[in-house]
Amino acid sequence: MKPILQTHALTKVFRGVSAVDDLAFSLEKSSITALLGGNGAGKTTTLSMLLGLLRPTSGSIYLFGQDFIKNRFTVLNRMNFSSPYVDLPQRLTVRENLLVYAKLYGVVNPTNRVEEVAASFRIGNLLNQRLRRLSSGQKTRVSLAKALINKPEFLLLDEPTASLDPDTTAWIRELLRQYRDEQGATILFASHDMREVELLCDKALLMKEGRLVEEGTPKELLEKYNRDNLEDVFLQVNRKKKKDD
Amino acid sequence: MTELRSSSKGRIFALFTRYYFLLRSSWPRIIEIAYWPTMQMVVWGFVSKHFAPSSPELTAGGVLISVVLIWDTLFRSHISYTLSFLEEMWSRNLGNLFVAPLRPWELMLGLACISLIRTLIGMIPAALLAIPFFGVSVFDMGLPLFAFFFNLVLTGWAMSQFVTAILIRYGLGAESLTWVLPFLIAPFSCIYYPLSTLPSWMQEIATFIPTTYVFEGMRAFLIQGVWRQDLLLQALGLNAIYLGLGMGAFLFAFRAARTHGLLLQAGE
Repeated sequence: MKPILQTHALTKVFRGVSAVDDLAFSLEKSSITALLGGNGAGKTTTLSMLLGLLRPTSGSIYLFGQDFIKNRFTVLNRMNFSSPYVDLPQRLTVRENLLVYAKLYGVVNPTNRVEEVAASFRIGNLLNQRLRRLSSGQKTRVSLAKALINKPEFLLLDEPTASLDPDTTAWIRELLRQYRDEQGATILFASHDMREVELLCDKALLMKEGRLVEEGTPKELLEKYNRDNLEDVFLQVNRKKKKDD
Repeated sequence: MTELRSSSKGRIFALFTRYYFLLRSSWPRIIEIAYWPTMQMVVWGFVSKHFAPSSPELTAGGVLISVVLIWDTLFRSHISYTLSFLEEMWSRNLGNLFVAPLRPWELMLGLACISLIRTLIGMIPAALLAIPFFGVSVFDMGLPLFAFFFNLVLTGWAMSQFVTAILIRYGLGAESLTWVLPFLIAPFSCIYYPLSTLPSWMQEIATFIPTTYVFEGMRAFLIQGVWRQDLLLQALGLNAIYLGLGMGAFLFAFRAARTHGLLLQAGE
């Protein structure tokens, strides 16, 4: 299957320090991929470049067959993202926030879509509440609802279940899987939650110090490192590399 | 996939809707917009009344109240534009906006639209109240009023473009610039006195400031009854230059912010 995303030699240097170094990977349509790595591994920098918020120092990104670095505006309405590090306006109600973003993405029937996405994320009863009155878990659900407002073909999520209780986390996981199955969407998410990665993703990319150090399905990684869970694989890869250094 | 019909017009309207929602979310906020221009008008109205018998040249044709109101147009236009942008930084929303297919120039136009609405909300009540309070109606100026108003709104936007460029590049540490910049050009703008009052070195600087021509033109119109189209065209020309430069500065700062990874970090 032809990949929807391909990066080649993607590099970002901040004041002489490589935050992302020579990153090359591809994502197939309808796949769920986890981007893993410790603090400072380059996950957020990578996501920022894939979102067009950060200009790479060198390398290329091809998204939906388009040169994303040169023509990002032609594909931005086919993607969306959610991150706990970016907020929605707190003084607006949930409905107002979602309506504004539906219009920004050019959704044809924004009012209906807001109702639809609110029902999916069980925030229908919160639609008329101001965002600042919500709990952090409720805000995360609103942020995810905003991320799906335009039914993106490519969804980028940074810590998608941060601040959610285990029950809601499991439900969101199922919702994302269902969304992928129904819409054929491709999902890339950064996470520190290895259990979530094991349960949700088809493939994991493991980054360390800006470089891609491992890539494979959870099963392949578990077999390669002869471990029972991804957390042990993560620790082994990180410690092995440190020893090598 | 859901049907999408993305257009510049739609995105600018979406942004305008966002600021409209923000505005209507708070009655005190709306009252505050009209409060300061009204207070300015009342204070200067009494000053004008006090000086009327001794200095008729200062108050003829309601010139003092009129220039106060028109000067406030620039201040409101600038503050409304910049505050709306600051709202995005305070709420850490810039990241969400710029992963949407929103072009920087669309953001600028959306900010300009809401700035115009907020300026009108601020100025119209003050201008209307000046009629029963002091018997001065700026509306008597007719079409020239529109020309003066429009030029000052443009100057306000041009200043805002420079300030938002600095904000996007250097973050909220530069927030205070929002408040001080209009006052930097105030002495050169000759709001309450003619250009000839300034020392020659200040007059030279004043010739590069569009507001100088607006207030000179306004005085000529209100005191001598002469419509100085040449002054208005000079103001318009300078505004066009500064708006172009301001837009360039914002786009340059936006590009720098994308290079340095500042868009995701912008916020409190």
